[in-house]
Amino acid sequence: MRNKSLWFAAVLVYAFLYLPLVIVVTYSFNDSRLNAEWVGFTLHWYKVLFSDEQMLRAAFNSLLIACTASAIATVLGTMAGLAIHRYKLKLLPVLVITPVAMPEILLGVSLLLFFIQVLNLTLGLFSVLIAHITFCIGFVAIIVRARLAGMDESIFEAARDLGATPWQTFRLITLPLIMPGVIAGALMAFTLSIDDFVITFFTAGVGVATLPLQIYSMIKIAVTPEVNAVSTLLMLLTLGLIVLASRIAPEVIKGKA
Amino acid sequence: MNKENRLLKWLTGGPPFLFLLVFFVAPSLIMVLASFRFPGEYGGLAPLISEGRVALTLETYQFFFSDFIYTQVFIKSLVVALATTLICLLMAYPVALLIARSDKKFRDLMVLLVVLPFASNFLIRVYAWMIILGPQAAFSRMVNGALGWLGFEPVALLFSPFAVLVGMVYVHLPFMVLPLYTNLEKHDPVLLDAAQDLGANAWQRFWRVTWPLSLPGVYSGAALVFIPVLGMFAIPDILGGTGDILIGNLIKDQFLGTRDWPFGSTLSIMLTLVVLACAGLAMWFSRRGSGNHA
Repeated sequence: MRNKSLWFAAVLVYAFLYLPLVIVVTYSFNDSRLNAEWVGFTLHWYKVLFSDEQMLRAAFNSLLIACTASAIATVLGTMAGLAIHRYKLKLLPVLVITPVAMPEILLGVSLLLFFIQVLNLTLGLFSVLIAHITFCIGFVAIIVRARLAGMDESIFEAARDLGATPWQTFRLITLPLIMPGVIAGALMAFTLSIDDFVITFFTAGVGVATLPLQIYSMIKIAVTPEVNAVSTLLMLLTLGLIVLASRIAPEVIKGKA
Repeated sequence: MNKENRLLKWLTGGPPFLFLLVFFVAPSLIMVLASFRFPGEYGGLAPLISEGRVALTLETYQFFFSDFIYTQVFIKSLVVALATTLICLLMAYPVALLIARSDKKFRDLMVLLVVLPFASNFLIRVYAWMIILGPQAAFSRMVNGALGWLGFEPVALLFSPFAVLVGMVYVHLPFMVLPLYTNLEKHDPVLLDAAQDLGANAWQRFWRVTWPLSLPGVYSGAALVFIPVLGMFAIPDILGGTGDILIGNLIKDQFLGTRDWPFGSTLSIMLTLVVLACAGLAMWFSRRGSGNHA
């Protein structure tokens, strides 16, 4: 009985989550400039999209930054997660979590100030990359640390007692055990980087656009269903990533090894 | 052994520590300093040292408190963040509870279904509501049809505080579901059986057992929703009208519009203080809560 009302509420929430996205996808195939009424099926907006050079360049920038930022952040974040778990550090956990916990805009504007005022840097791909690494480290560290927290410490002690060097212990015992966490962290970092709008908005400068920045300017200036088309493709990309993740590391999706 | 341990500690912890020191701590300190500096003639900052003296001032802080309009925007942002958090909690709880009580086989899939829309781009999710709430969309016409039938004037749904709230809830909902589910999943069902055996009805079992035990999940979910909403500028920017300005929009305008960096920094510092106060409050609450129920 109780479960029935729970189900009812949950179905409504799931509908609330999915309906907007279904509408975006549907209208990307709509033969009308307005996102108001269904007129007829067309692939016109996808053709417009693929001949939109600005959009393609933005997509390339986004992929480039997401790959680089998630790779570097995964290494640094895994190190941070390990160090925090093992050495009971005081300052590092604060440094790792604060950029994640603060409203994004604060990191965006403080980095804007820092890049221009201190480093005298021209804003562009490099400043965006640094900014993305900064907020991704925390997410990776949190995930890796959570993975370590559930682990039996005696495994590592046993390895050391049996004569393994610290590096051997890490490579043969620790890394395989935390691998699902590392992969989950890397995927999280990639998604966050490719999704990020706010911090990129402040650190990209005028010349460089990523996909979210491009989408933002289209939404603000002139909405056409081209936005729906690029949205649909982006959704497919994320969906593909998740499927891929479940193939490579099923334990990431299941959450447990 | 001890020396080796210290070396290992620096080898693993050192690189991320240094990175964050340079790209997080230093920029934050620069911003604190910038809030005490004079604005430059053409925007940005005036030189720190002019005529052989260090040029620092409290002017921007005085300006902040001299005009009530800024305090007002802060209060409005707090109200929006609180409303968003409560609505998210109300929507997320049944979902999280259902997932936690479902068969183990289905839990992962159900969690995935909550996270999946969250994996699509943030702006797309906001843009979707631009379509739904747009004046020509079916939903708007339905609402206004109903309002007309009841004898009310038609309302514009898009570019309104309502649209901002819907967007905020939609974007942040998964942040509430996940910590709640993580908490609820750990509950031992034996507790509920025991409560039932002792004569507690369904409502009592929820209110006296499940809810108090889930409070840590509620608090972390609330923090994950409340804090980002407080600094959000993109949703009011896209879905709100000209008057629906929150703290984030003020900050953005100072840095990219009027280019008054000292005042922008001051606003950012004030936002930081508000966030810290809220986080402290949440921590105090959760400690008190766990003290009562542990």
